Amino acid sequence: MSAEGHHPAPVSPVEQRVAALEALLTERGLVPEGFIEEITRRYESEIGPMNGAKVVARAWVDPQYKQRLLAGATAAIAELGFGGPEGDHMVVVENTPGIHNVIVCTLCSCYPWPVLGLPPAWYKDPPYRARMVREPRTVLAEMGCPLPSETEIRVWDSSAEVRYLVLPERPPGTAGMTEAELARLVTRDSMIGVARL
Amino acid sequence: MGRVLLVDGIHDLGGMQGFGAVGHSPAEPVFRRRWEAVARALLVVVAGAVEASGGEFRHSIERMEPGHYLTSSYYEHWLTAAATLAVEHGLVTRAELEARAGGRFPLSGPVLAPPVVDAGPDVGTPRFGVGDRVRVREWHPPGHTRCPGYVRGKAGTVVRVDGIHSVPDIEAHGAARRREPTYSVRFDAADLWRDGQRGVWVHADLWDSYLERS
Repeated sequence: MSAEGHHPAPVSPVEQRVAALEALLTERGLVPEGFIEEITRRYESEIGPMNGAKVVARAWVDPQYKQRLLAGATAAIAELGFGGPEGDHMVVVENTPGIHNVIVCTLCSCYPWPVLGLPPAWYKDPPYRARMVREPRTVLAEMGCPLPSETEIRVWDSSAEVRYLVLPERPPGTAGMTEAELARLVTRDSMIGVARL
Repeated sequence: MGRVLLVDGIHDLGGMQGFGAVGHSPAEPVFRRRWEAVARALLVVVAGAVEASGGEFRHSIERMEPGHYLTSSYYEHWLTAAATLAVEHGLVTRAELEARAGGRFPLSGPVLAPPVVDAGPDVGTPRFGVGDRVRVREWHPPGHTRCPGYVRGKAGTVVRVDGIHSVPDIEAHGAARRREPTYSVRFDAADLWRDGQRGVWVHADLWDSYLERS
């Protein structure tokens, strides 16, 4: 409040605007006690790519689960306890040696929250949204994921209600690993499709 | 009748040229600053209080002033949407927001499309099946749509039929609703762009009324 000397960083205009809206909505009784903290906690610790990694690892070790996942992803993901907003209509697309899948939302920021959490900033920023549908080979190479020219690329623009998750290929040399060990190998980027494992 | 503004929103970024490298990082905090988490929560609060449909919510972002849209982060988009909806639905006034913020509080521009009064009947049965060739209608609606500009007028192949969903173009502009099937349509990149890359398929998910038989 008055400790200006201890807080030399000035409050930015956008922070002032957020604070203004928060104060007005709180005064009108619209912000439940603890709501902001609860949302923050959920997305920082409960909902994130560690959930999608479990789905991928299960598909790697259980061929029947993988079949169910590719045939009806929403129900198969719910088997592991994940679902909810932006995950009600899931489709899983499978990478193979000759096919690489990648997801994008050119119109806004659609992303499968229950399995990947909230999208990273770059996924929502103009360069990725503008370029991934037009020059995916170039963008993937720039992002550290160069693909052989004969590899088919399938770009999925999340423009309606479906949210996508990429099922990456199981890396070589992992035959002896447990499901939990495998899950730790699965990165967020591999499930968006901007990296291979 | 007023002037019809044939403008496509700044949000419709697919294929736009001139953007540089993706500012990629393999991992980053979910919220880099506390205000981002607050903005995210306030959007949930406002959207719930005014019972905004997904279409109305997205359109409130798409109506941002283009320069502001391109130069602000997505959490700022969400803040702007929350404040715009709060003002439009009478929860707060712009004057109150600016008084509290101690300065200008940019909001999204007005809705240009007329309200939808008659949504027409639901489409319960898909007109197209997997493997059908379809063409995307070539049109430039003044209101909200989920049809990306880069596929308009282009032909592709249906690869998936996804069930019946409320048409965003209608739900964004009033209380009327129409439900239609959506499809995943596969386009050859060479058909989308003169400089389309080889061996690339681009899929867009499209409502029934966006399509005609090809």
